[in-house]
Amino acid sequence: METNEVFDKVKGLFVEDLGIDESKVTMEAKLEEDLEIDSLGIVEVVMAFEDEFDIEIDDEELADVSTVGEAVKLLHSKI
Amino acid sequence: MSKRRVVITGLGTINPLGNSVSESWEKLINGISGIDNITSFDTGDLPVTFAGEVKNFDANEYMGKQHARKLDRSGHLSIYAAEQALLDAGLNPEERMGSNCGIVFGTGIGGIGATEDAVRVYDERGASRINPLAITQLMPNSSTGQVAIKFGIEGPSLTITTACAASANAVGEAKNMIENGIVDIVVAGGTESGTTPMTIGAFAQIRALSTKNDTPAEACSPFDKNRDGFVMAEGSTVLILESEESAKSRDAKIYGYVVGYGSTTDAHHITAPAEGGEGAVRAMDKALKDASLSVDDVDYINAHGTSTPANDKNETSAIKTLFGSKAYEVDISSTKSMTGHLLGGAGAFESMVCILSLQNGVIPPTINLNNKDEECDLNYTPNNAVNKDMNIAMSNSFGFGGHNGVLVFSKT
Repeated sequence: METNEVFDKVKGLFVEDLGIDESKVTMEAKLEEDLEIDSLGIVEVVMAFEDEFDIEIDDEELADVSTVGEAVKLLHSKI
Repeated sequence: MSKRRVVITGLGTINPLGNSVSESWEKLINGISGIDNITSFDTGDLPVTFAGEVKNFDANEYMGKQHARKLDRSGHLSIYAAEQALLDAGLNPEERMGSNCGIVFGTGIGGIGATEDAVRVYDERGASRINPLAITQLMPNSSTGQVAIKFGIEGPSLTITTACAASANAVGEAKNMIENGIVDIVVAGGTESGTTPMTIGAFAQIRALSTKNDTPAEACSPFDKNRDGFVMAEGSTVLILESEESAKSRDAKIYGYVVGYGSTTDAHHITAPAEGGEGAVRAMDKALKDASLSVDDVDYINAHGTSTPANDKNETSAIKTLFGSKAYEVDISSTKSMTGHLLGGAGAFESMVCILSLQNGVIPPTINLNNKDEECDLNYTPNNAVNKDMNIAMSNSFGFGGHNGVLVFSKT
């Protein structure tokens, strides 16, 4: 799967499942500051990613993820 | 030192009758029921297929999906009612209320819908798929915290879970906070959304609910000989309580006064009322004493009147014990005949009813009261509203656990 396809799927999850405004979801967007995904929300996001891409994400792998682009990069490496 | 007087400056509500104070009041005085067949889920093999559901309310539309997802429905209703009440009180919901404002909220069973959903997901998909928001949706203080966050309420907060007396106790404890000078404003209310499959099933198991599935709007018939149980309902009602001096200093509209509060416990049985409503008698007596009033001063009693055989009989006995011969003169009604039982949200809703009754000089009826029960022989304002100039109203609320909360309101 190409990076842009992963991004499209991630964007779809954010918009459809989490109710985030579509225009806010860019590769540069910060999860916490820009998308208002708090510490509870991040657990939901991880669950949504795991279901969508049929993968498992460890908590340690999230340490370097603070933007949508970084999330896409992590997912791309695991698919 | 004399106590500070406590006024009501704002009202907000969302309930089976309507999504505003005016719509609810209009239905109340015209004797229109808000009970209907359940539409929010498939009732499957439940022995009860009707309830008082809130209608025409989409939380995603009201607060946005991203915010709405974080709350149980009881929380959505709370924020909606609180925003209405603040606006009605002439306060700006966009500004933080700050540390001179407290919040006291009542609920019987908190985010029970979220609990049911989370258990279902756990059973079907296992521990790794439990909603990470489940705890913050289901905890009973969720609405209290979410309303406080939304409107920046930084003073004291309490969540009261005395079952069906919860929001009567909430209004009473809010009154105490203001009387004692702890804060000038308290957002006081209650919420409940237990019109959910397991909850209705469980209440049905203990034979607490009416099973008149063929005639939902006529099922709740307090004090009627053929009453067979209460009707589950959902909703939230919020009152803005304020010190009289605070309200006057900002030229706020004053609906009326909260003048008396009595709280007692039966210490008898977890669901059945004490014989003769003994605990209820003491609560009504304490509320009147707190208000420095006597039974002769009471113009209207908004009864707990659930439509269960036991409550209505014992509440009637309790009123007779305290009021003596005056019991046959005082006007009584149960507005649960129209709303159903809002459980932890009932006391706040019925406080609102008392205040509006005093202000408008109208007593809403007990609908569906057609068959006389010799054990319920007082004046329950059957089927039609009554116009009457009044100054003092009493609201009774009694909950599983043996909790009794009684409030007294004054127009002047």
